[in-house]
Order: sequence, then structure tokens, then C-alpha cells
Amino acid sequence: MIRVENLEKSFHNKKILKGISCSFKKGETSLIIGQTGAGKTVFLKCLLGLHDYDNGKIIFDNIELNKIDDYDKMNLKSNIGTVFQGSALFDSMTIEENVMFPLKMFQDMKMEEMKTRVNEVLKRVELENSNNKMPSEASGGMQKRVAIARAIVNQPKYLFCDEPNSGLDPKTAIVIDNLIKDITEEYKITTVINSHDMNSVMEIGQKIVFLKNGVTEWQGDKNEIFRTENKAVTEFVYSSNLYKKIRKMYLKK
Amino acid sequence: MNFFYNIGKYFIMLQKMFQKPTKWRVMKQLILKDTEDTVVNSLGIISFVSFFIGGVITIQLALSTTGSFYPKYLVGFATRETIILEFAPTIISIIMAGKVGSFITSSIGSMRVTEQIDALEVMGINSINYLVFPKVIALLLYPFLISIAMFLGILGGMAACVYGGYSTMSDFILGIQTDFIPFHMTYAFIKTFVFAFILATVPAFHGYYLKGGALEVGKASTLSFIWTCVTIIVFNFLITQMLLG
Ligand SMILES: Nc1ncnc2c1ncn2[C@@H]1O[C@H](COP(=O)(O)OP(=O)(O)OP(=O)(O)O)[C@@H](O)[C@H]1O
Ligand SMILES: [Mg+2]
Repeated sequence: MIRVENLEKSFHNKKILKGISCSFKKGETSLIIGQTGAGKTVFLKCLLGLHDYDNGKIIFDNIELNKIDDYDKMNLKSNIGTVFQGSALFDSMTIEENVMFPLKMFQDMKMEEMKTRVNEVLKRVELENSNNKMPSEASGGMQKRVAIARAIVNQPKYLFCDEPNSGLDPKTAIVIDNLIKDITEEYKITTVINSHDMNSVMEIGQKIVFLKNGVTEWQGDKNEIFRTENKAVTEFVYSSNLYKKIRKMYLKK
Repeated sequence: MNFFYNIGKYFIMLQKMFQKPTKWRVMKQLILKDTEDTVVNSLGIISFVSFFIGGVITIQLALSTTGSFYPKYLVGFATRETIILEFAPTIISIIMAGKVGSFITSSIGSMRVTEQIDALEVMGINSINYLVFPKVIALLLYPFLISIAMFLGILGGMAACVYGGYSTMSDFILGIQTDFIPFHMTYAFIKTFVFAFILATVPAFHGYYLKGGALEVGKASTLSFIWTCVTIIVFNFLITQMLLG
């Protein structure tokens, strides 16, 4: 469970986040949506501790992010898995070494144990027999899977993904989405995903937070998003004709 | 203003480099890898450049010291002084600023633009220690490289001198041994250690704090080369003034 209260953040006196409040539950995939430039990435980076925030609170299961020292922060961070917008795989390491990296850094496992664990996770993301490839030799979809494998190998309590399916074809995108959702439920992770892809919202959005101009404009689940009368949400979500039609059909039912 | 701001940032980076160290098991491998990338892989070019520039220095010295009032051993003597005092420590370091410096800037810089450094940070790893510290340790072997440059430079000089017919082997060797001041070696190696530290940290600074994309990586490499050279030359002046002046 992650709770965010009145989070504010500015760059060079320009306020980007102007008071965000929301919470994310354990075992649930929560989606943050909003137009480009809405501040989704900035918000996620605040959650990750990559940006210091000016005001407000971020609470990870009773631990307030700004109130702990560096040592505790490090411990907290080793419980966090992250998938970056561009995968951010270490390009000097093979796929296997990439996935093994968090284990090497934070566990005192033997090589054999680490290999077993890595193979387990690679199997979970359906990536067998590519252990010795370099990231540059893998396709975009494979890279995303490796990034997910690296994020979950250390059995994190929290998983953050910044647009995990951008740049992928619709079919692969849904496979990746469902993979994240299944893993979240299986390992009881608190998962937060940044997205502007409506397919993901409909597919896996157990909780949806809509950001606009740096505030939480709307939140709810994927059924509520069909019924909402909030103009900002409907304008954003139902901007394409296809979704307008789907919504009409849904409301008739 | 910006200049002083960056100097401050550079020293903060140095301080952070020693905090929260990476596990030794991982660090060991990083040091070995960086030693290979920076020192071992430079052996070829350094040997080549030293040997031939050593030869050229000697030929030019020999040509400008013909005449009976110059002692025969002068060429060997002057070659030794030039190579040990200036050519090997300073000029080779400038070459290394191009080779190793731009390698360090672009490798760290591309990790920055592809969010790999963020990925390290969110895992709770001190990315400055992880990326910069092993390079500083690897470059502790840099004086070894400079010794090779000194040796091959003088050897190249001797070869050019003897085979070019400018003087005899025994005159050249006499020159090398004449008025040898051991402190000059100390001075040269003090310089080398300082340059090694500059070579590791200044390019790392330019890569680590880079903002932007692939284009900026290229720009940062160029900028880092300029600043590494400038820093080396300034310190060369200061150290020489302090130790020999
Ligand atoms: N490091 C920074 N310094 C200054 N301004 C920044 C910084 N990072 C983001 N911003 C600004 O914050 C705003 C929000 O950016 P952000 O990257 O969070 O958008 P986003 O919602 O993730 O968009 P997208 O969907 O395109 O990824 C933008 O106007 C951006 O210019
Ligand atoms: Mg973004």
C-alpha cells in the first residue's frame, strides 16, 4: 500500500505537481494516465526517490519517504522494482547478467542459486534460451520482458513501470500488460504503471488515477471510467471515435 | 559563475564517490574491466607513439646540435631529459585524454541518457561509486603505462640515432647516464599520479552530469577532452613550479 498526500513539486519555480493525493493497494495494478506533459513521469520519479519533492507526503506501508535516513532509504529501494520508459537495460551485460544484477548487489547467493532464480524469472516472462544475448540483439518486446524480469527478480514489494508498452505492437502490448498484472497478483506486489494507452486502461486498470495540470483530476476503476461525467476525463479517454462508440454501447447496456 | 558552480559540483562528486561503497565482489570485477578498457587497451597506441616520437625528438636534437663544440653525448642526454620530464608524463596524458577520456565520457554519458544511471539509483546503488571509483583505481596503473612510454621513447631515440648515423651507441648511452637526477623521476611520477586522477574524474564528471540525448553525448566528449587537457596543463605548470621551480 502506498499513500500519497498533497504532493507538490516544482522545477525552476514552475510548479509541475500541484497537490496530488491518491493511494495504491497491494496486489492491484494501478494506472496513472494523463496527457503528455501532465507530470506522470515526474510523479513516478518522486515516488522512486529520484526527485526530491517540495511538499506533501509519500508513505510506503507506514514508512514516510522523506523522514528516513539514507540507510533506510537504501533498504526501501531494494524492495522496489522499476521498469523504465526505455527499458534501461545495462548494455554492457548479457540478458542473464542484467537479470542477475540485483541479486548480485543485494543477496549473498551462490552463482548456482542465482542462475536458478534467473532462469525461473526468465521463464515467467516467457524468455527462455536467450540468456547469453546482449540487449542490443533483442527486440523491443524482449527488452521490455528482460526489464520486467530484472525488476521482479529480487521479489520486490513495489513495482513501478513508466509506459511499459510504448512502442510495441498492440498484441505484444497486451501480453506485457497482462504479464505485469498476473505477476502483481501472484506475488502480491503494489504496482503503479504510467500509461497513456487506452487499451491498457481497459485491460488491466484496477485503479485509475487521471492527472491533469499537476493535480489528481479523477480516480476510479475501469468500470467507473465508462460512466464518469467528468469532462476532462471523457475528453481525454474518449478522444477517438472507436472509444466513443464503445462507450455508447457500454452505457446502453 | 557557472564555472565555480561546476567546480563545486565536481568536488561533491568526488566526495560522493567514497560514500556507500559497492559490494567488493562486484567492485572487483568492475575494476578489472576498467583496467582492461583504460590501461591495457592503451598499451598499443602508447607504445607506438612513444617509440616513433622518441625517434623524431632525437633526430631533431641531433640535427640542431651538429658542430664540434657540442659534446658527443649531448643528444642522448637531451633525449632523456625531454622524454622523462615532459613527453612521457604530459604529452602522453594529452593523448590519453583523447582516447581514455572520451571513452569514459561517452560510456557514462550514454548510460545517463538511456536511464541506466537512474536504474542504478532506484535500486539503491551509489551510481557515482559504482561508475567512477573503479576507473580511478584502474588508472592507478597509469604510471606503469608512462614507464613503458619513457622506456620506449628513449629506445626509439637510440634506434633512430644509431641507425641514422647521428652518433654511436656508446655516446648515446653515456648521454643517458650523464648527470642523472633521481628527483626528476619522482617529479615525473608525481605528475603522472595527478594526471591519472584527472584523466579518470574530469571525463567522468562530464558524462555523469550530462543532460539530453545522443547528440549531447558527442558534445560532452569534445568538451570533456578540452577540459581534461586544460586541467592537465594547468596542473603541469603548478607542479613544475612547485617541485622544480
Ligand atoms: N528535470 C526536469 N526539469 C525541468 N522540468 C521538467 C523536468 N522533468 C520534467 N519537467 C517538466 O515537467 C512537465 C511534466 O513532464 P513529464 O515528463 O512528467 O510528463 P509526462 O506526463 O510523463 O509526459 P509523457 O506522457 O510524454 O511521458 C513537463 O512540462 C516537463 O517539461
Ligand atoms: Mg513520461
